Amino acid sequence: MSPARTYFDKVWDDHLITALGQDLALLQIDRLVLHELSGSQAVRALAEHGRAPDSRGQVFTVIEHLISTRPGRGPNESVSVSGPAMIDGTRQASRAYGFHFIDHDDPRQGIAHVVAPELGIALPGTTLVCCDSHTCTVGGVGALAWGIGASEAEHVLATQTLAQAKPKNMRVRFEGPLPRGVYAKDLVLALIGRVGANGGIGYAVEFAGSAIAQLPIEGRLTLCNMAVEFSAKYGFVPPDEVTFDYLRGKAYAPQGAAWDDAVRYWRGLRSDPAATFDAEVVIDVCALTPQVTWGISPQHVCAALDRVPEPSAERDEEARAEAQKALDYMQLSAGQALCGVPIDVAYIGSCTNARLSDLRVAAQVLKGHKVKPGVQAICVPGSTPVKLAAEAEGLDRIFIDAGFEWHASACGFCGHIGDDRFANLRVISTTNRNFKGRQGPLTRTHLASPATVAASALAGCIATAEQGPH
Amino acid sequence: METFTAVCGVAAPMMHINIDTDQIIPARYLGGTDAKGYGAHLFANARFLADGQPNPDFVLNQAPYDQAQVLLADRNFGCGSSRERAPKALREFGFRSVIAPSFGGIFFNNCFRNGLLPVVLPIEQVRQLADAVLQSAGRAEVAVDLNSQTVTLAQAGLAFGFSAPETLRQMLLQGVDEIDMTLARRAQIDAWRGQDRQRRPWAYTAPGPAPSSSPKP
Repeated sequence: MSPARTYFDKVWDDHLITALGQDLALLQIDRLVLHELSGSQAVRALAEHGRAPDSRGQVFTVIEHLISTRPGRGPNESVSVSGPAMIDGTRQASRAYGFHFIDHDDPRQGIAHVVAPELGIALPGTTLVCCDSHTCTVGGVGALAWGIGASEAEHVLATQTLAQAKPKNMRVRFEGPLPRGVYAKDLVLALIGRVGANGGIGYAVEFAGSAIAQLPIEGRLTLCNMAVEFSAKYGFVPPDEVTFDYLRGKAYAPQGAAWDDAVRYWRGLRSDPAATFDAEVVIDVCALTPQVTWGISPQHVCAALDRVPEPSAERDEEARAEAQKALDYMQLSAGQALCGVPIDVAYIGSCTNARLSDLRVAAQVLKGHKVKPGVQAICVPGSTPVKLAAEAEGLDRIFIDAGFEWHASACGFCGHIGDDRFANLRVISTTNRNFKGRQGPLTRTHLASPATVAASALAGCIATAEQGPH
Repeated sequence: METFTAVCGVAAPMMHINIDTDQIIPARYLGGTDAKGYGAHLFANARFLADGQPNPDFVLNQAPYDQAQVLLADRNFGCGSSRERAPKALREFGFRSVIAPSFGGIFFNNCFRNGLLPVVLPIEQVRQLADAVLQSAGRAEVAVDLNSQTVTLAQAGLAFGFSAPETLRQMLLQGVDEIDMTLARRAQIDAWRGQDRQRRPWAYTAPGPAPSSSPKP
């Protein structure tokens, strides 16, 4: 009898072509996703080295990183100076090589990690890589997915394989019923606050527990999106009936008899009951409340209703020093109540939290209310299908009537690629990174769920939806 | 690929945790189709003042650290985005090695492909190195040898062993092209895929709309 294995072990073993020495494994890569920022570098390097793609039918390009979010945008429109050349270069190369290509005006377009599950490009038990650290997002449908550099992407293009060191296994169990008003974003922020931004280094993380079993796919995608924010390259929820129901019939998912075969195979990948994990974290979700970050690392997080913690509460000297720097940068004081801190911008967007369910939650909070005068409120749907579905439900009217800008889909304002609109401002954001300068020069970012961001937009200051802005 | 055997030079202490890739090179400098030109933007937000002048308080603007080849940092160095321009910017500035207790996983891999050696040492040892460097006002040179896998700071009598992943180590030592190395396994890969296709045929064909066009002849 073979030893008990985790889901991760099984997926890894099923992609292991050969060991490369003691420390690396040459893995089969099922899906490579490219975008116009790093993808263009990889494709150009491939051509310069006189090589050809190995498996062009397994390569997908989406225009999403640098393309403008302006409704009615042009094919190469970008706030990045070098955007137009990179967008067009990626478009030309993707067409010339015959990759699956999703252009800026394709009705399937959107942020790669939103599009991949929507189209069934990401599937359980497959390996999927992309030049973006948030590729782990699609672990939400059970894919073993991780971010790679442009050189690694060139390797995948040329060979459809990649050499990787096998990480250790960690399981994070979220147990208990999710309280009302608490979302996947709050779960993962609470986890990072608990284990630290480096807690996942060297681990592949399986998310499990009763709260995850109940979580719809979109919430699982949010959860896995931020695995990399505690420095785990891989985060995933092994597939279950929720996953199969979500993926069945998607354009690039197997169809007919092939679907049945695939589901049979996927069911066999679940972690064996006797499988052991190198590390396990259990989080009781019963008492969780909405979370908001106060600093410059996702580990700088607390309940929105709490006060900004004292740096002395951090676990070691380095963390205390970082916390003090964070307070200086964020222009906050220890002991200050987070709720009530005035905000300049409310941003709903990104691969973390801009799916249809996120927009529905935000719209519920916004409906019939107005954004506080002086606050810039922006919504960038995660994909064009999300945008169209939201418009079909009338969500766009709720956002616009409340005072939100309603944009076309792209990575948008999550990272600062040239638009200084958020410079020196305080932003409450549904994105994933509150690093210094992440959203603009001296921009002070607070990460939170869509509900909290919407409530804060109305209140003009950090506020939770439960608390109510009016 | 650029090789790495050993380096001995000035080491710059930046003993902070979670130095992310947005700090190493802000996203607004990631554009462009050039292979080079990133060293000028290394740590741009901290290194330059609002008016573009060098920030005199930033370590890499101070002699002799402006000539540093080794960077000393605290845990989780290079966390954050997958941007390969982070190691490229460090390398272009002149760095050959970063020594820290832990690294962001994607950054760690990217380093080896850009002639930059990430060295994992326990925090106590990194701190000893940083302290000795500071006590010598930066004059004590740090040597990193990938052959012997040692870090030494002779002036303070410090010598520490480290262990780099063997395959990546050989790649750096010999400057082997990783893609050529993999392509040399063509027959083995094809044989493996032949079996895998039996087990997972659906993984090889995406049934959706056909790729955008036929490839160039």
